[in-house]
Amino acid sequence: MKHKVATTINGRRHEDEVEPRLLLVHYIRDVAGLTGTHIGCDTSQCGACTILVDGKAVKSCTMFAVQAEGKSLTTIEGMAKDGELHPLQQAFWDEHGLQCGYCTPGMIMAAAYLLAENPSPTDDEIRKGLEGNLCRCTGYVNIIKSVRSAAKTMGGSAARAGEKSAAGRS
Amino acid sequence: MAITTMIGAKIHRREDPRLITGHGRFVDDMTRPGMVHMAVVRSPFAHAKILSIDPSVAKKAPGVVGVYTYADFKDHIAGPATIPAAPTFVPEKKQTPDHFPIAHDEAVYQGEPIAVVLAAERYQAADAAQLVQVEYDQLPAVIDIEKAMEPGSPKAHSGAPDNIGWDLTYSPETADTFKEAEVRVKERILQQRLFPIPIEGRGLVAEYDEYDKRLTLWTSSQVPHFIRLFVGSACGLAENQVRVIAGPDVGGGFGSKLRPYPEEYLASIASKLSRRPVKWIEGRSENLVATTHGRGQIFDIEVGANKDGTLVALSLTQYIDVGAYQGVFGAFQAVACLLSGGAYKWKHIAARTVGVLTNKVSTDPYRGAGRPEATHLVERAIDLVAREIGMDAAEIRRKNFATEFPFTNNFGLIYDSGDYEKSLDKALSLAGYRDLRREQEALRKQGRYLGIGLSTWIEICGLGPSAATAPAAGVALVESASVRVHPTGSVTVHVGTHSHGQGHDTTFAQIVADTMGVPYDQIDIRHGDTAEGPAFGFGTYGSRSLAVGGIAIRRSAVKVIDKARKLAAHILEAAEEDVVFDQGTFHIKGSPDKKKALGEIAFASYGAGLPEGMEHGLDAVTYFDPPNFVWPFGAHVCVVEVDAETGSVDIRKYVAVDDCGNVINPMIVDGQIHGGVVQGLAQALFEEVVYDDESGQLRTGTLTDYLIPTANEIPEFILDKTVTPSPTNELGVKGIGEAGTIAASAAVINAIVDALAPFGIKHVDMPASPDRIWKQIQASRGMSHDGKEARK
Repeated sequence: MKHKVATTINGRRHEDEVEPRLLLVHYIRDVAGLTGTHIGCDTSQCGACTILVDGKAVKSCTMFAVQAEGKSLTTIEGMAKDGELHPLQQAFWDEHGLQCGYCTPGMIMAAAYLLAENPSPTDDEIRKGLEGNLCRCTGYVNIIKSVRSAAKTMGGSAARAGEKSAAGRS
Repeated sequence: MAITTMIGAKIHRREDPRLITGHGRFVDDMTRPGMVHMAVVRSPFAHAKILSIDPSVAKKAPGVVGVYTYADFKDHIAGPATIPAAPTFVPEKKQTPDHFPIAHDEAVYQGEPIAVVLAAERYQAADAAQLVQVEYDQLPAVIDIEKAMEPGSPKAHSGAPDNIGWDLTYSPETADTFKEAEVRVKERILQQRLFPIPIEGRGLVAEYDEYDKRLTLWTSSQVPHFIRLFVGSACGLAENQVRVIAGPDVGGGFGSKLRPYPEEYLASIASKLSRRPVKWIEGRSENLVATTHGRGQIFDIEVGANKDGTLVALSLTQYIDVGAYQGVFGAFQAVACLLSGGAYKWKHIAARTVGVLTNKVSTDPYRGAGRPEATHLVERAIDLVAREIGMDAAEIRRKNFATEFPFTNNFGLIYDSGDYEKSLDKALSLAGYRDLRREQEALRKQGRYLGIGLSTWIEICGLGPSAATAPAAGVALVESASVRVHPTGSVTVHVGTHSHGQGHDTTFAQIVADTMGVPYDQIDIRHGDTAEGPAFGFGTYGSRSLAVGGIAIRRSAVKVIDKARKLAAHILEAAEEDVVFDQGTFHIKGSPDKKKALGEIAFASYGAGLPEGMEHGLDAVTYFDPPNFVWPFGAHVCVVEVDAETGSVDIRKYVAVDDCGNVINPMIVDGQIHGGVVQGLAQALFEEVVYDDESGQLRTGTLTDYLIPTANEIPEFILDKTVTPSPTNELGVKGIGEAGTIAASAAVINAIVDALAPFGIKHVDMPASPDRIWKQIQASRGMSHDGKEARK
């Protein structure tokens, strides 16, 4: 039995009939054809599939497509506007915040939510804000730098960015 | 050609715009007309007889196009020894079990393919895979490698004489080995099994064209040409019938994507049998049981030295958990024996490697492959000696460093260049070593445990010279590149290496731009497609892409300029020796106005009026066979504080001073070090693959059970470098892809052991988790040489 689902993805309306068990991430990738959102695990650990649902960061493998009914979704493809990179995208490029690039879309979306909630995070807050997203290439160093730099561009003072206590294993 | 505007510059990566906007092209992003999805039915047991397989119910499930088992594949895939095992430092193996891509009557590891299901939709394939009825008879599983070596052990393969995959002594211990040593220390050092975990797992699309008899295979791989060679030939296809495309984008590899895998053979034949393009995308839980693991070793070492700190002898035996089948390049990990001397001078090194078959997925190279193990054991060994004789960890290193280069080690390997003391000095000064020692002493009085760990690492990379790799690895690891200048001056470069995060598109374009004076954005770097470029490419692993592949590019570019110079001389009506090439333009010596741009020469090269005997076109191919490996090195300093009440480790500082020779793009080099160090640190503190000793079930079967570090677990880094150019190649470059991982685990563990010295603890195994450290502290309370403090 298929169900109707209507969403807005990156400002465009989508209406489809889907199986109730279809994961939102598969809907986005296979039905809506937006393959920038990636899948890196099957237990919601890696965060590669992170998108914004009504402005909130969500791992899109943790929702069914039908649960997105009536919601507004933003994926990595919706971040650049009119050919202009989003400051986070620009910062990831400038600061070498990616290597293989597979975790990057999810990382940028998680960072977008982080900065929406806290426009001038400390490095510790950036680390904590991104702990649901795994990267195996960069050692996170330049990812943290990228988010710090984007915060500055986007108007957050990032004045507290230098503050960083010793790395914990919290 | 002294043009250097790009080499050494921080150039933004040209691969990034598509990756940051969601326009990467990973295998799972692709669909083909009529494509079906493959799900693999895998053995749930580590070791079992397969009594029967009944696909009838699965075949009737919605969307199912086909269910195939051994019976369907056996006549289409050459066997039974299908998946190869390369010699790689162990040319003679005692047992190489036949490895057919799908189990026949016995499954020998959890995750081994039993059947494949094709269905129209992804979920349908997964559903139907559950409906394949397999009847098993469970057999005893061989899991622990020490038990596996006992004579009465069950066998990993029924009917095998024992579980010994290889047993090779590179140099025996003799009566002389330790004769001159005044002190001797023994230790057992564990190297736990690790998951490589690129964030993109493996995946493929196989499309067999029945009419043309051609196979196209898109696969997430580091070695497309090797996949074409092995998968194609086993499936009865010549190279010119097979096109392998790695990616195009590949989401990391770390060594786990540098061999042919069962699914590549199975999907190719499944496409042929079903006449449909077949997609298979590995889930993470599947990745953890079915993609090769790294490490999985035990080292028994003994080190001998004089009381003044002079190292004398090292004796080691390496036991490697091979898994159920020989890894394709699994024996490469035995290189740990040949590099066990590290950066130091030794009178004697005795080394033996033993490969043990178990009922687990194979171990194969994982970032560093044998070199992290070598560094870890020698850097631990030297600290054990320092502790024994009461010498400072930095001083004992300084005393024993190799200082004359080229340096020939105990196994005849020749280190091309180095200045180990310089990197150590720099690292110590950046860390504030003396102050740290004072702080350590002060804190100990307060019952706080600060530790400082050193790792003065070396590595062998740039695999590799054919003279060494052909006998040792079974394949001459040269590298190819072609450079083509098109009629209007843009340039296409085809390389045999493969980029999956390393930023080759950028680094290689920097080399070409500098060599040819062509604007950076007019240079296209192409890799990963066997239908393009030179006949063979050897792929990316072993930190070889720049030091081998980069030189092939450089030489092709030089060949192109040499030809263009001849043509420029002809057009400018000058003698060739009077033509000067500068920043992409040829001019006559002394007359800078009489000039032609390379683009103009390129246009002319495709036109009429060439000099007598000159062929048309402007392109060149090079296969570069390096005269030696390259030998990066460096010094890492890790500073930790250990909480003696909880056993938790706080990394306060991490200093890495690395030397990879000349640097093409410092931003990319730093990025490689960050990522590499974090993987080494992850081994030291967090990660461990655990199988149940009895049942052989993987107990760390999801990322819930296996802790890979997040942004919250990593320390602040202080990076610096020294530059000691390699004499092995004209760019003076070495490799950097594995350096961080090779160096880091030793630095972290040495720091922890140093912190715990007051408890009399001399060694801590990995992962140094809070519970492991806490237990060791508990065990040592009251037994410390410094009893007062220990009983506090």
